[in-house]
Amino acid sequence: MATVQDYSNNVRPTWCPGCGDYAIWNALKRAFAGAGMEPHQVIMVTGIGQGSKTPDYMNITGFNGLHGRPLPVAAGIKLANHDLKVVVVHGDGDGYSEGGNHFLHAVRRNISMVDIVQNNHVYALTKGQASPTTSKGIKTSTSPVGVMDVPINPLTLALSQGATFVARSYSPNINHMMEMITAALNHRGYALLDIQQVCVTYNPAMSNEWYREHVYDLAEQGHDPSDMEAAMARAIEFPGGERIPVGVFYQDETVPSYEEQLSVLETGPLVHQPLRTRPEEDYLQLLEEFMTDPIQR
Amino acid sequence: MPANDVSIRIGGEAGQGVESSGTGFSEALTRGGLHVFAEANYRSRIRGGHNFFTVRARSEPAYAVRDKIQVLIALTGETVGLHADALEPGSAVIVDPQITFDEDVLQGRDVRLLRPPLLEIAEQEGNRIMSNTGALAYVAGLIGLPLDNIVRVIEKNFSKKSMRVVEQNTRVAQRSYDQATQDVQDGFPWQLQPQSLPPRMTITGNSAFAMGALMAGCKFVSAYPMTPATTVLEYLSLHGREWGVVARQAEDEIAAANMVIGAAHAGVRALVPTSGGGYDLMTEAFSLVGMTETPVVAYLGQRPGPATGLPTRTSQGDLFLALRSSHGEFGRIVLAPHTPEEAFLCAGRAFNLAEKYQTLVVVLFDEYLATSVRSADVEYFMLDRIPIERGKLLSAEDLERLDGYKRFAITEDGISPRALPGMSPKAVYLTTGDEHTEEGHITEDAGISAAMLDKRLRKEEVARSDMRPPHRYGPESADVTFIGWGSTYGAIREAVDLHNAGGGSANMVHFVDLWPFPREHTREALGNARRLVSVEGNARGQFAYLLHAETGIRVDQQILKYDGRGFTPDYILGRLEVK
Repeated sequence: MATVQDYSNNVRPTWCPGCGDYAIWNALKRAFAGAGMEPHQVIMVTGIGQGSKTPDYMNITGFNGLHGRPLPVAAGIKLANHDLKVVVVHGDGDGYSEGGNHFLHAVRRNISMVDIVQNNHVYALTKGQASPTTSKGIKTSTSPVGVMDVPINPLTLALSQGATFVARSYSPNINHMMEMITAALNHRGYALLDIQQVCVTYNPAMSNEWYREHVYDLAEQGHDPSDMEAAMARAIEFPGGERIPVGVFYQDETVPSYEEQLSVLETGPLVHQPLRTRPEEDYLQLLEEFMTDPIQR
Repeated sequence: MPANDVSIRIGGEAGQGVESSGTGFSEALTRGGLHVFAEANYRSRIRGGHNFFTVRARSEPAYAVRDKIQVLIALTGETVGLHADALEPGSAVIVDPQITFDEDVLQGRDVRLLRPPLLEIAEQEGNRIMSNTGALAYVAGLIGLPLDNIVRVIEKNFSKKSMRVVEQNTRVAQRSYDQATQDVQDGFPWQLQPQSLPPRMTITGNSAFAMGALMAGCKFVSAYPMTPATTVLEYLSLHGREWGVVARQAEDEIAAANMVIGAAHAGVRALVPTSGGGYDLMTEAFSLVGMTETPVVAYLGQRPGPATGLPTRTSQGDLFLALRSSHGEFGRIVLAPHTPEEAFLCAGRAFNLAEKYQTLVVVLFDEYLATSVRSADVEYFMLDRIPIERGKLLSAEDLERLDGYKRFAITEDGISPRALPGMSPKAVYLTTGDEHTEEGHITEDAGISAAMLDKRLRKEEVARSDMRPPHRYGPESADVTFIGWGSTYGAIREAVDLHNAGGGSANMVHFVDLWPFPREHTREALGNARRLVSVEGNARGQFAYLLHAETGIRVDQQILKYDGRGFTPDYILGRLEVK
């Protein structure tokens, strides 16, 4: 059984002291070890952003690709080898802005993967510009008079498009993150986990303390995650309201994942199937389609 | 013009069955022992407009269509005027009496106007749409193609619908065929002499490529529909369930390319077909292919740009795009097949080369090759013509024997042994688009960065030895040497034949393997040429530029075409300056 130590390597993170990424990093390692997975059985697919460097700081199979594009990469990996647990880790700019279209379609596709969005409401890697989740009126280097756009609500967006798992956690609470990651790992289909993340350098107002004062746990309020209307009502609360609900907003475990519905994958992962799935003589059938007379055998 | 070489054109509106009729006629002629080449010519619309399909049948292998035609089937009145100039003296124009047209357009032309009641026959035996069958049978009667060839195509195409439809179409064909023998009792000058040929196929470049990809073990394809690449995705989608392929239409081309990267990274052979605009969107992903050393095959079907350009027409304007797309420097391979037979082989080679060199292989197509139909011997498409070589792909056992594993190990040939994610606890590594160490960790070290870039470029140098020499056709030595690449092969080849038959002296050197540029092979092939004439479907002579940059060889004349239409041998010879 793998331990947290098995998911650790000797590469030191380059994050700022106090960055929420440390807590997410630790929660991931603990959740993976707790799920009983070996480091080669899970693949972490990331985009671009400080948090997207997470797999470099872990002993894990990782694919760190382009800005905004980890969701389609993850889809390709899962369809090629559905034995792998696929976990996407990327920021709010990556997931909700550059990769916004992929987000919508990942929800619709419902390919099994955990999509963790480290949502710190700011572009930190490029030093402090507005992100798609920055609140209206916030002044940044590219919005000197304040952001004019309405922030994206990823949770209502996902719910409205038929998401089968929608959850939120926050970086000041490792145990809650672990619990949410574990729930997402156990979900069949696409699981969105938005993690409200502290950025001590570019968004100090939304600090650990600030989050502790503003969050409330859905589970403690008796929220029923199978109730879509209730989920939507809770999801609308933030951004916009004073209080931030965290926990599982919605989960539907009755919907089959995309890969479960592909007959081609019934005999096992694509990568383990022979390149030619049928006997050589069968391939003459393909030629018949173009023959003007049957092939003489 | 030998009498045993006939070009038949069917013209009408989109939705009238121009293409399906043309394809069906191509099959019938092939079955009848003729060599066939057929070109579709259509507009970017679903209904209306004017589309036409030209089928050429001859006793010699056919590689292109000619400028002149001998039979015109007009499904609309407008068709007659639009193609009047293409009519050879003595040719036949077939227009149903129910279709009105301006007869003045044929004034003073030596053509034979035939008005068989094809619609009436079709209505009596079944319905109006069957008049297309009637038109083909009528032409068969005209040019001496035995009717059973048409009947066989009817059976093949309509037996899935119902036997009734087969019977009705067969009766329409019989009556229309008889009508032709009545109408042209004095004989039609172009008569086909069928030969006894082995069983053959009629196939387009796209079908050949898609089938080749399937036989090569392509397991994953993702694309966003775009002409002329769409039919590749459609073929693999249709056959995927039975043949073990996951085909996924993506939300956009960026997603398609990244999905293919994910699937290829996980270890399956993966293909992304697209056209220029879609390819543009994919170029960032292709730079990730270069950096992460992922084996990816991209099909780029050229059509005229920039922007939407002429979406259903042909071009060779994207050579530079294929060679130079994506930021940063990395090795890649570009192949431009010239016939359906070669497209089939290229599919197999592309997957082998992609895995051998762990990089991007672009198969450079164009609309002309994608949609033109050719008759071909079935032996060219056999499974054993597509060997499978997976390069330095490690098995779990190979991995077990290794001391430690470095995914990006710096090697002499630049190729690092590849272990797949999930394969073994020994293959736990990061793949990143950032510069990285041999182990895969992100680095900004100056020395490692340069060494890694060298390693990736070294693969391209090694791959040059896998590039085949250009095809040579015609006499060893000639006054004129035509140079071409990709789909222009057929038109140039026939231009060589026509030129030499008329007392000229020409040969051709034609490139399929374009990059890494086969420098030595090229110098050898062109070293003794007297006068070099390049033929390209673009405005700037992109290949001539490449040839000069790579070998110092300059061409003496460029014959270019960039109106969205394919080359004909007549076009080439009409522009040849012989000194």
